[in-house]
Amino acid sequence: MLNDAFALAGPEIILGAGALVLLVLGAFLGRGPVFSLAAVAVLAAAAVDAVMGPMGRAFSGGLVADPISTFAKVAIYAASAVAIPLGDAWMVKRGTARFEFPVLVVLAALGMGMMASAGDLISLYIGIELHSLALYILAAFQRDDAKSSEAGLKYFVLGALSSGLLLYGASLIYGFAGSTRFEVIAQVVQAHAGAGVLFGLVFLICGLAFKVSAAPFHMWTPDVYEGAPTPIVGFFAGAPKIAAMVLLARVLTEGFGGAIEQWRQVLSLIALASVAVGAFAGLAQKNLKRLWAYSSIANIGYALVGLAAGGQAGVQSMLMFMVLYTIDVTGFFACLAALNRDGKPMETMDDMAGLMKQRPGLALAMTAFSLSALGLPPFSGFFAKFYVFKAAIGAGGYMPAVAVAALVGSVVAAFYYLRLIKVMWLDEAPGATEAPAGGARVVAYSAALFALPVVLVALKGLDLLSLAAAAGLGLH
Amino acid sequence: MAGILSLTTFLPLVGVAAILLLRLSGKPDDARTVSGAKWIALATTLATLAMSVAVVAKFDPAQSGFQFLEDADWFAGLHYRMGVDGISVLFVLLTAFLMPLCVVASWKSIEKRVLEYMIAFLVLETLVIGVFCALDLILFYLFFEGQLIPMFLIIGIWGGKNRIYAAFKFFLYTLLGSVLMLAAILGMILIAHTSSIPELMAFKFAPAVQTWMWLAFFASFAVKMPMWPVHTWLPDAHVEAPTAGSVILAGILLKMGGYGFMRFSLPMFPNASAQFAPLVFALSVIAIVYTSLVAFRQTDIKKLIAYSSVAHMGFVTMGIFSGNLQGEQGALFQMLSHGLISGALFLCVGVVYDRMHTREIAFYGGLVNRMPWYAAVFMLFTMGNVGLPGTSGFVGEILTMTGVYGASTWTALIAATGVILSAVYALTLYRRVVFGQMTNPALGSITDLEQREVLIFLPLIIGTLVLGVQPNLVFNLTNASVDHLVAAFNAAAGK
Repeated sequence: MLNDAFALAGPEIILGAGALVLLVLGAFLGRGPVFSLAAVAVLAAAAVDAVMGPMGRAFSGGLVADPISTFAKVAIYAASAVAIPLGDAWMVKRGTARFEFPVLVVLAALGMGMMASAGDLISLYIGIELHSLALYILAAFQRDDAKSSEAGLKYFVLGALSSGLLLYGASLIYGFAGSTRFEVIAQVVQAHAGAGVLFGLVFLICGLAFKVSAAPFHMWTPDVYEGAPTPIVGFFAGAPKIAAMVLLARVLTEGFGGAIEQWRQVLSLIALASVAVGAFAGLAQKNLKRLWAYSSIANIGYALVGLAAGGQAGVQSMLMFMVLYTIDVTGFFACLAALNRDGKPMETMDDMAGLMKQRPGLALAMTAFSLSALGLPPFSGFFAKFYVFKAAIGAGGYMPAVAVAALVGSVVAAFYYLRLIKVMWLDEAPGATEAPAGGARVVAYSAALFALPVVLVALKGLDLLSLAAAAGLGLH
Repeated sequence: MAGILSLTTFLPLVGVAAILLLRLSGKPDDARTVSGAKWIALATTLATLAMSVAVVAKFDPAQSGFQFLEDADWFAGLHYRMGVDGISVLFVLLTAFLMPLCVVASWKSIEKRVLEYMIAFLVLETLVIGVFCALDLILFYLFFEGQLIPMFLIIGIWGGKNRIYAAFKFFLYTLLGSVLMLAAILGMILIAHTSSIPELMAFKFAPAVQTWMWLAFFASFAVKMPMWPVHTWLPDAHVEAPTAGSVILAGILLKMGGYGFMRFSLPMFPNASAQFAPLVFALSVIAIVYTSLVAFRQTDIKKLIAYSSVAHMGFVTMGIFSGNLQGEQGALFQMLSHGLISGALFLCVGVVYDRMHTREIAFYGGLVNRMPWYAAVFMLFTMGNVGLPGTSGFVGEILTMTGVYGASTWTALIAATGVILSAVYALTLYRRVVFGQMTNPALGSITDLEQREVLIFLPLIIGTLVLGVQPNLVFNLTNASVDHLVAAFNAAAGK
């Protein structure tokens, strides 16, 4: 029995042990390319174990290994593995590289993996806290930079608040349902979804909405994105949101499947608010990191529209959306991390002027990511939206109206993506840009390839995988 | 000949790859690289034209269904489906025909970023041919929306003074219409459990559903067409776009709206189409009369022609929703003929703009004194625009009016005044630009058409006259498909 349980927790054990060993090695030997490579290898090993390992539940239902957790873990570990060389190269250039960075990413990945596998409220909370603490430190990783420290502190204080909300909701649910396990909660909700449990659920959703930066809990996002080191922002915007969205999907489907009418209202409201805030507030942004913070708020809104649709189609659409969006956002921040002018990072809209003439490759990649985030065919973002809106329109009721409203919101957001493209393609450059670093360029180009030609082929495989992942949710 | 449509569609991308290779091997602004890119673009567009001629030659006009079918599994139940019928094959040919002319027309007038310009045009060609060949809803949407990007860049980079505003307006207007269509497309896939256009044309949607779907598609195609009152992006886009951009915009991109009505609205939502026909008629005649009057008041030559385009598209929408054979054939013919004539008119503007760098009507006058050949060419296309018998413009107008007469006499009556109005503004323009005394000393050195320009106009002149005298060339091709469309529409709409 216990052996089975440990076999099920394979990825977590690999990551946990790996992080500790790396920490000790780093303390004595210091950092280097081999050290980072070892961290990437640990993540890869965990991903392989997640795919090959057994399925089921362990530790009294606290830990679940099923198709959706596997799907999410592979995506999360891959996004984390990309972040390590990207961040390393960026920090080496600035002379602030430290061995703790890969270790923190591995620890964050451990927490995110636990979120994807959480089967009760306790492991849910542990997973969230584990990854959040790692992320707070990563946000403040440029510790001599006031903005980075501010970002870390802001993220921590507001994150702690949201954890409080989440815990309050969890304790309410426990109090009214009598158990922390999702299966038991599901039975109670099925029998009678009382006000107490639902009250707790709303708090729980609010806490998680904070983690995915959905409006009206998005306030921290622009500030943290602006202050944190650029490659780390690319990491923030992808993997942790996949984890939190999968966790939300599991809580809602496994634990509160019987109360779909109630939580659908909450999610639709949050989703539309996010789309509106992301679209309208983004119009006024001049800093690209802030702009993409608002863009990510809007895009999380779309993912939530998919989840609000509910059922297998809804969960599948959310998975497809998150994976395709993570590729876009990682690629975009890799481009930003690669660009420098006069030794300073290029972060504002004006900095990008004339980029098409100076760095045509990166400008093309950023154009592709912008159009993809906008959801324009034939880029990958269109297919992400295709799934989400198909699920929403298929859900019936008021969901088609939500879908149409969200679609109209994307037209508003189109303006700022187009403005970025206009600046890059049409304006004159104020000065020469420095040659970009090789690593970031590789990430940017491969992500750009995935945003267009590769995705047309890869969709078939992704479609089947996400379908299987969504179908397996709640069956164990 | 399986695969010939995909080959035709994606052939321009081969040219794009060749230009990119050229760019990587040499300096981007090197004179040899630039002229190499131009020749590659010309060769590719000519090869595409040859392919599309082959498609038309092998096309069997006796069949009403889709031909050269291709079908491959894609994902989530969607397919990569291609095929053409009598209606779409016409547009494939028109697109492939106009593209080489555009490349030649840009030969000298585009001086900066030539490589990117040629790439944008070739990508646009792939996407536009794709729109007309796609037989899967999502594939169609992919091509339909995708062409916003190259067109945005063409207007935005190589356009006139106010190009940024025009490019944004074009993009956002079209996108708003299209996202509503996307919602309807997803709804259709969910209801009918298929995304195949031929299957959906046979599927019977409930009347209540049809109304919503029709409105959503209408939002997209009416903007594209463009119909009054959502036409305001067009004059801006036309005025700012480079000459070849205007030719493509007027010649092909607008036709996607009409094609959309004939491919989707009419066969898939027949009841809603019949129900909303009076609305379309009303909007069409307002477009015809109102925009003709607006055209008359313009001081910019290109803007005048842009408004005249809106008026002529009014005939097309009116013909399509008349739901009878004359109306449909007339609308198709009118789109084809307008593609040639308005394209030629924009090229005429381009000729004097390249020389004088202004499009103000008041600047010109008396051009006939120094440019006799130009005056003759401009005269021919002005007459075509007015709808003079013997030119292709006449056939389309008379047929759409005959068609709509059967559906709504009043509409036909008011639309007929549009013919007179078009003569008023077109002839006035011609008089002010070409005739009279040459009073502006700046015009003293203006030169007549050069060889390259004659080469551009020659195919258009031949096309306009041949179609005007022998319209059966087109009708033979479209007859079976249009017959089928009209019969199915009338059966479903209960007429």
